[in-house]
Amino acid sequence: MSRGAILRGALGILAFLALWELGARLDAPIVGVLPGPADVASSFAGLVGSGGYWESWLASGERVLWGFVAAMSVGVPFGLLLAINQRAKALLFPPFEILRPIPPLAWVPLSILFWPTQNLSIEFVIFLGAFYTVVLNVVGGAEQIDRRHVLVARSLGAGTWTVYRRVILPATLPSIATGAVVGMGITWEVVVAAELISGGGGANDGGGLGFLLWNAYQGGAIAQVIVCMISLGVAGYASSVVVRVLSERLMPWKEAR
Amino acid sequence: MNAASLQIEDVAKSYRNQSGELVALSSCSIEIAPEELHVIVGPSGCGKTTLLNAVAGFQGIDGGLIRLGGETLCTAERPAEPGADRVVVFQHSTLFPWRTVLDNVTYGPVIQGRRSRAEARSLARERLSQAGLAGLEDRYPAELSSGAQRRVEIVRALVNEPRVLLLDEPFRGMDQITRDLMHEALLELYDRARPTVLFITHDIEEAVFLGSRVTAMSARPGRVKATIEIDLPRPREAGLRASARFNELLADVLSLVHDEASRAFVAGDREAA
Repeated sequence: MSRGAILRGALGILAFLALWELGARLDAPIVGVLPGPADVASSFAGLVGSGGYWESWLASGERVLWGFVAAMSVGVPFGLLLAINQRAKALLFPPFEILRPIPPLAWVPLSILFWPTQNLSIEFVIFLGAFYTVVLNVVGGAEQIDRRHVLVARSLGAGTWTVYRRVILPATLPSIATGAVVGMGITWEVVVAAELISGGGGANDGGGLGFLLWNAYQGGAIAQVIVCMISLGVAGYASSVVVRVLSERLMPWKEAR
Repeated sequence: MNAASLQIEDVAKSYRNQSGELVALSSCSIEIAPEELHVIVGPSGCGKTTLLNAVAGFQGIDGGLIRLGGETLCTAERPAEPGADRVVVFQHSTLFPWRTVLDNVTYGPVIQGRRSRAEARSLARERLSQAGLAGLEDRYPAELSSGAQRRVEIVRALVNEPRVLLLDEPFRGMDQITRDLMHEALLELYDRARPTVLFITHDIEEAVFLGSRVTAMSARPGRVKATIEIDLPRPREAGLRASARFNELLADVLSLVHDEASRAFVAGDREAA
């Protein structure tokens, strides 16, 4: 990025903050009900010192991580199976397509019934949120593999298993990475809502950022709500960056163009 | 090198589609000697790719027999499995984009368990440098020119020491200048390793310049029209193209193929691969 672009970006953000502050002070419509950025900043300063804020980060982050890891480790092999094995696809794809349109949050009651702990229930809902996206991307990617790569690998002496591992898997990696980035985005949407609904285990138990947000709203601490909103944005952004960097590491050939 | 003979005996193959049966190959027989660079030339739809796919083990045949090194490779009842003794180089690059040049070349020997990774790597380096590709070992295919990609691909095939190397219009779509350079590069590799080669093309000049013998095929049904001995000395160099003998042979093959092509042209057959 050029210096000019950075400067213009910073200017845009400053202008946004200034308008917000002005709107809050002048009781402009809609924005007027909010505390200004200065109040939000001071609320943030207060929260940073309290252990609960960081525990909430940790609690939500852990849920996202496990839900995401579960979605990847089940979704990638499942997607590959559907793409490679016509019989498996004929059998498994219809129930998958029936379950897919059900919003993950609709699973919250059943998830609470399924799992012994609150955390597991939330993680399961997060898993569902990311799972469908991961599977669809893997299937789509694996089905579009250049068939000649498979032929040439066999011609070079590769057996069935080697073809899966050394050709189909790497050829599908770009789609797996896309699924991971999109799926990661969904996990943060789901974790907030799931924590709102379930209570996340209570404030002292690391209720999570979503819980903290709702708790602040019910206590009328709107500045704190905004701090949570921004925190969630930062968390979501940071995790997609991590996923993207990891996937680039896995695919050095993608930069080679 | 374990170059083997390849005998194609009375092979037949048809496809079924909406408009009925399409006979791709009919009583097609070709004999290729060990270390021969045999070119099959013919118009689109003459079944030359079908033939190559049958040898490669990508497709079955309906009748006849194919022998490799005297042993039966496939019959109508028993199709061949693909294998490293018959490596194919396709029309468009099939280098694995996720592997470096070196890892592409070592792929065959390593997965077949014929060589240790270290052995395969030193062999691959040697072969790449013989092909004028030294310094590109750690690049990814996408970073290479199409000509370099092609050469890497031929090296990747040759490093397996196949009993027959199958080339399916490998230089199609290249500009004339690159293609001429590719011809010389291929011949250099051929002269060094002397594999048996089955080369498929619809380019007559390419066929005459490269081939030890050239078989012209007719379309609908795909049949062998004639095989012409190309008695040009090796090693062959670009200047050969201007020689009288080259142009005589060119005219011979051209007249064989041209009859066929114009017959199909007049009949208005839809082109098929």
